[in-house]
Amino acid sequence: MDVEALWLTLRLAAVTTAALLACGIPLAYWIVSTRSRLRPVVEAVTTLPILLPPTVLGFYLLVLLGPRTAFGRAAVHLLGHPLAFSFAGLVVGSVIYSLPFAVQPLTAGFHAVDAGLIEQARLLGAGRWRILRSVLLPLSARSVVAAAALCFTHTVGEFGVVLMIGGDIPGATRTLSIAIYDQVQDFAYAQANRTALLLLCFSLAALVLLYARRRHEGPAHA
Amino acid sequence: MPDIRIRHRQGHFVLDAEFSLTSPWTVLFGPSGAGKSTALRAIAGLIVPDAGHVTLAGRTLLDTATGIALAPGRRSIGFVTQQPSLFPHLTVRENVEFGIHNLAHEERRQRAMEMLRLFGAEALAERRTHGLSGGERQRVALARALAPAPHLLLLDEPLAALDDASAQDILARLLSLETRVLYVSHDLPEIWRVPAEVVLMEGGRVTATGPLQQILAAHRDRLLQQLS
Repeated sequence: MDVEALWLTLRLAAVTTAALLACGIPLAYWIVSTRSRLRPVVEAVTTLPILLPPTVLGFYLLVLLGPRTAFGRAAVHLLGHPLAFSFAGLVVGSVIYSLPFAVQPLTAGFHAVDAGLIEQARLLGAGRWRILRSVLLPLSARSVVAAAALCFTHTVGEFGVVLMIGGDIPGATRTLSIAIYDQVQDFAYAQANRTALLLLCFSLAALVLLYARRRHEGPAHA
Repeated sequence: MPDIRIRHRQGHFVLDAEFSLTSPWTVLFGPSGAGKSTALRAIAGLIVPDAGHVTLAGRTLLDTATGIALAPGRRSIGFVTQQPSLFPHLTVRENVEFGIHNLAHEERRQRAMEMLRLFGAEALAERRTHGLSGGERQRVALARALAPAPHLLLLDEPLAALDDASAQDILARLLSLETRVLYVSHDLPEIWRVPAEVVLMEGGRVTATGPLQQILAAHRDRLLQQLS
């Protein structure tokens, strides 16, 4: 077992999940509450990573993070090194790649909150931030947990985007899924099997826990 | 100029109503589909009408001509409907405290308890809202709406789903308040109990205003036909 890759993967998933909740919650709130004509465009862009081949997304992110773009140069200026082939670059790529797994459950959760409650909150003087903090988030706790679990699990299993923008640098960008690829290339099938089995069990356990929690909360339709 | 003038199109329906709140209680009365609830929502700021003007206690809340449209929370209006939307993740007391601003924690709590007492619901303070009866929910909703001391209380058939004893008790408590009330109903026996100026609405328009007896005398046959 590549312990270094395991630790890096868990760290990447945790940081990515935190970043996704931090930007996914306001984004989902904007989507459910705006009357802007840009809403369908924003929804399409946030959903795009589900449909795009990871290599396509990874390629464009690699170009974006590189020194030829203003974004890439700004990152070098701020961090002292390019984002591409670094842990920070992996976080940026993972956040964009897993964005739909945060925004979609959150949007569904916010939509499910009774509109009458939002109206009452507005009548009682709550602004947008208070409505989000005091009404939407507590009543969508299940969706927030689902979004966090999906983001974490999805990031743990990433391969294409991570390989494209991070390469395969031990201790810096080699995650478990890339370690499996390396082990197969080296014909170390037993080792690859152990790593793959770990990822399989982890993903399955996360989903079972998620669905068990939903069952524990009772059926949606009796 | 009337206090309230609202023009709003919803599909084929056109609401074009104007009236003033000349007495402490005003009843918007008329058959279903007359536009009463839409008028209330426009006054509360939950919808912005195509054109209109709303003033309350000398403040302009809405004036589409000059682009004034205060947010619902800045209008000093409480709004209670037939189905009260209580926050299910909060206790009864926390629900009532929700709209009380600019008070310290303990004062907020005291104000909430005072409002609950006003509607005979202080014993419910620490309960969650999901187990409450219809009458209890309505008492909590009224306490919550009145806790911020609004200038106007909008009531959209708040007693329609309650048993007669609860409805009478709540109405008696409401009538003892000094808050100005705009009350929507299409229930004739209910509005007999309310000493109010009546605004009769039919087909999106105000067709008569005055004391109930006077309106009934002039429009009785047509009203009874519509309400049946």
